[in-house]
Amino acid sequence: MAAEAHAAPVHHATSTGTDNRKLLMWLFLASECLFFGSLIASFLVFKARMVLPPFPHAREIDSSLLAGLPEVIQEQCAHVVSDTLVECHGILDIPVTSASTFVLLGSSLAMVLAVYGAQHSRPGMMKAWLLITALLGLTFLGFQVYEFRTFGSEGLNLSTNQFGASFFVLTGFHGTHVGVGVVYLLSLLAASFRRNGLGPEAGFHVETAGLYWHFVDIVWIVIFTVLYLIPS
Amino acid sequence: MATAAGTLPQYGTHTGLWSWITTVDHKRIGTMYLVTSFSFFILGGIEALLIRSQLAVPDGNVIDAELYNQLFSMHALTMIFLAVMPMAAAFFNWMIPLMIGARDVAFPRMNALSYWLYLFGALLLTSSFFFTAPNSGWFAYAPLTTLQYGPSQAMDFYVVGLLILGISSVAASLNFAVTIINMRAPGMTMMRLPVFVWMTLIIAFLLFLALPPLTVGLIQLLFDRNFTTHFFIPDGGGDPILWQHLFWVFGHPEVYILILPPMGIISEVIPTFSRKPLFGYSAMVFAGIAIGFMSWAVWSHHMFTTGLNPIPRAIFAANTMLIGVPTGIKIFNWLGTMYGGNIRFNTAMLFAVSFIPLFTIGGISGVMHSSPPIDGQHQDTYFIVAHLHYVLVAGAVMGMFSGLYYWFPKMTGRFLNETLGKWNFWLMFAGVNLTFFPMHFLGLAGMPRRIYTYADGMDWGFWNAVATIGAFTLALGVLFFIINVFASLRKEPTASDNPWDAPTLEWATSSPPPEHDFDVVPPVRARDPLWYDRDHGIARPEPTDEHIHMPPPSYYPILLAAGVLMLGLGPLSSLAVTALGVPVILYAIWGWALEPTH
Amino acid sequence: MRQFVGMRRAIAAAAFVLLAFGLAACSFSDAPQTTIAPRSDNADSIQSVYVIVFWLAVVVFIGVMLATIVFALMFRERADRQAKQFHGNARLEVLWTLIPVIIVVIIAVPTFNSLAETSAAPPEDALHVEVIGHQWWFEFRYDNVGGVEQVVSANELHLPVDRAVDFTLKSADVIHSFWVPQLGGKVDLVPGHENDLWFTPNTVGEYLGQCAEFCGDSHALMRFRVFVHSQADFETWAQNEASDAVEPTDEAIMAGQAAFLGNACIGCHTVQGTTAVGQVGPNLSHVGARTTLAAGIMDNTPENMANWIRNAPSIKPGSIMPAFPALSDEDLQAIVAYLQSLK
Repeated sequence: MAAEAHAAPVHHATSTGTDNRKLLMWLFLASECLFFGSLIASFLVFKARMVLPPFPHAREIDSSLLAGLPEVIQEQCAHVVSDTLVECHGILDIPVTSASTFVLLGSSLAMVLAVYGAQHSRPGMMKAWLLITALLGLTFLGFQVYEFRTFGSEGLNLSTNQFGASFFVLTGFHGTHVGVGVVYLLSLLAASFRRNGLGPEAGFHVETAGLYWHFVDIVWIVIFTVLYLIPS
Repeated sequence: MATAAGTLPQYGTHTGLWSWITTVDHKRIGTMYLVTSFSFFILGGIEALLIRSQLAVPDGNVIDAELYNQLFSMHALTMIFLAVMPMAAAFFNWMIPLMIGARDVAFPRMNALSYWLYLFGALLLTSSFFFTAPNSGWFAYAPLTTLQYGPSQAMDFYVVGLLILGISSVAASLNFAVTIINMRAPGMTMMRLPVFVWMTLIIAFLLFLALPPLTVGLIQLLFDRNFTTHFFIPDGGGDPILWQHLFWVFGHPEVYILILPPMGIISEVIPTFSRKPLFGYSAMVFAGIAIGFMSWAVWSHHMFTTGLNPIPRAIFAANTMLIGVPTGIKIFNWLGTMYGGNIRFNTAMLFAVSFIPLFTIGGISGVMHSSPPIDGQHQDTYFIVAHLHYVLVAGAVMGMFSGLYYWFPKMTGRFLNETLGKWNFWLMFAGVNLTFFPMHFLGLAGMPRRIYTYADGMDWGFWNAVATIGAFTLALGVLFFIINVFASLRKEPTASDNPWDAPTLEWATSSPPPEHDFDVVPPVRARDPLWYDRDHGIARPEPTDEHIHMPPPSYYPILLAAGVLMLGLGPLSSLAVTALGVPVILYAIWGWALEPTH
Repeated sequence: MRQFVGMRRAIAAAAFVLLAFGLAACSFSDAPQTTIAPRSDNADSIQSVYVIVFWLAVVVFIGVMLATIVFALMFRERADRQAKQFHGNARLEVLWTLIPVIIVVIIAVPTFNSLAETSAAPPEDALHVEVIGHQWWFEFRYDNVGGVEQVVSANELHLPVDRAVDFTLKSADVIHSFWVPQLGGKVDLVPGHENDLWFTPNTVGEYLGQCAEFCGDSHALMRFRVFVHSQADFETWAQNEASDAVEPTDEAIMAGQAAFLGNACIGCHTVQGTTAVGQVGPNLSHVGARTTLAAGIMDNTPENMANWIRNAPSIKPGSIMPAFPALSDEDLQAIVAYLQSLK
């Protein structure tokens, strides 16, 4: 086993003093910034040009545009403003998503505590908070499944309009990242039950996982602000 | 070590197919990259020869429109993604650890993973020839790529192939960035790094930052084709111009990803054979960094004719012109390096020196159509074809050949034959100019790109015939290289550690190097360390008995790559294959993480 | 001494290359689709920038090539020579940073001038033409000519000399590009977008154009022609183009009309004044007056037309117009005769 070869934590001599693996994670996250940046940019391109409901936020449109749309979507635009204008309500449920955002933020706090436990040789604390972090991540994913199903029942899917396409692809890829993070954390948790736990580098391993987890969390803050909080 | 006969050099005690499959040695991975990328270079060349045969005369009927469109698309994809980029990766793999005084890259297994992903992605993309190969150009402008106008699976191969190759490139670029930043020998400060290493570091950053926008574009195209979205379909509210932006935000840095490594190579070769230090090292490095930064602010010059407003056109034009400044600095500095030297003209040096005026042709024609009005005439004509091939063939490929002749003794312990080398060089030199210079004339005479035929009476026939003759001359030159390699590998290894009296660290170990690269990592006291040691009478340190630990072989990289390939095969066959890929990936990652490496 | 001979040879070679450049530059102004023989204000504006940039490029190239050759010969390996060990020269490096900067400025100023000229608003009295790209032909819709609101035609664009033409550029399917090199720079036809281009042709004549953005199988066969007429000739053409198609009087041609109207033709093609009102393919009301067929790829002869109708995809791969193998030879000849009569 990797851990058995060394009695003390390993210090790899590097030119900068930063561990190779941590540097790798930082550079990888830089790459990920461009990935989510491009997805968010695509969303913003289409946000400015949305014509047909469902809309993310309430908006008035020409009532003639409703002709031919499914009933479930027409119902969203029942509020008549004038002869030619109707108001469509936005389908984003900001209170619910605020709650799920709060859950994800909380998971970052739990992650910090897991890192603390790992770095201060308190494996019990580390295991408990790793588990809690993963569970909070799963809760967030549960919210996302609920949200996707609700939108589906309101007639929004990948092909409905550009909002649907860019919303599901962007948040779907974010959700996938959360899912990968959950598997990552649970793998660390499982490995920590081996005879030597996570070995002498436990603090390092959990900290690196934490970098990823916090990044995914921060991306969500950006998505929540851009998609949910800033009205069309 | 390293004296075993055979076509490929052997290292240590590991032999046999399995040792290659499981190797994590950067030199062996470099050799695999080199052999694979050269094979695809030949394939791309054959595609080019078919194209040139069809265009040799007006109304040619060697191949039909459908096949022609696949061939010109695959020629670009093959040359860019399967030949030139991975050939640069071969040099990174072989030389970067040696040049910075490291025993391997930072992540040897991830390095193997990059190679296997490249191989699988390349085979997948190429296998599309059995069905319909991608036929919408390497730029794949929507909506031609959407289901309505491209109902065959050609574009699915394109999407999946490029996604897999993209993962490979990101993994490799992260690996090399970490290696260069973190694994330098004692005394090897950043401003003592060889220029080739600097250029590699710059393109590593370009790669892992530029590929994500392309990845997003590919994912959106994948969704448009398979999951009912309309990102690029105008009828559903989508915008084909969005694809162009995502593609060129990647595509322009990509141009520098292709040209900076050869620029790095000739920055090693020219000082060595001029027997004097590189002129203006700092300017060279900062020019490279400037090119790297500026390559992000010029992508829309590929889109001057799409109806972009005049103000952005002016801004992108100005940025594009400005990128000529650091490029010009580099050209002058190479000339400055030759000035006052005692220049030895062997084949490596001939290729390197020819790079200077040939690349200049591609560079200045680039500055010409940085002007949007001129671009209005040149865009999508053979003038652009001439320009890009002067940059990528007369520039990048000639630079790579310089590197092959220069480093072949280090890689194999054997010299390439100089007589065959001269034939190789002069045929390629003549071929390049015969093929691509007339294309300037064709462009000026109004010949558009990507046309499978043209009418008699357009006055395009003569120069097309010349270009075709040139292409076959070029191919003959490459044939001489292949003969040279096989002939040279049969010879006894006679190369000393530093046969060229070169200044950089890769020459401070045996040719070829032992598995652990250096018996003792040499301390670095100056830029051009070996010349410093030579001039100050400092001998190489004696080997010690210290045990050198090298990472053991691993089969998890190829397994993980196979899992990713299965993931990608899903959209081409059944999503069940994708589902099967997930457990393979998870198994490989877990096995990888738990595998002992000490 | 040897190196002097070498240098003289190098300079002679450079002079030869310069000459070759000059000759090459001139000889391509005669090609039918040349980019360097401007015949409109827009193309003139481009040419004025191009000429400056071209000669700058030649000078830079000659300079770099001379330096490479001269240095290569001057500093060739010699047993008695020692390489001079120096790392740089601050003054020189500043100088050759400034050289490209100056070149760039020399290019930028006329570029921005030309950009401003060509993207200014068109004159009020400009003729307005809508260009719609199709796989693989061009549709032209003229506003207010020949006394009607809109005249629809295809593949042959007729323009009056010395009057500005303001184009609105669209696409019906994929991205194409509208390009008549002698009359101006190209602009893409992008589905979902409307692009603009205007120019004023200044010389009567016939000019070739071609689609310049890859648009699928038969991209190479998407060509068109521009006829720049005197004002009077343009009026004559417009009057004719605006009128309904000629009603046949000859019996054979009447049979052709009946065959045309009785077959699948009318699903895609329009002939003004008849029951053929299809919108998929080119408007054929005056097809007999056109000089070419199938987007400029062959002369408009009865034989070519018959071959085209019989099997269009064999001539233009991927063509939306299908083959008509079941059409009788008699009907085919009659339809050709009818279409040829539509002057």
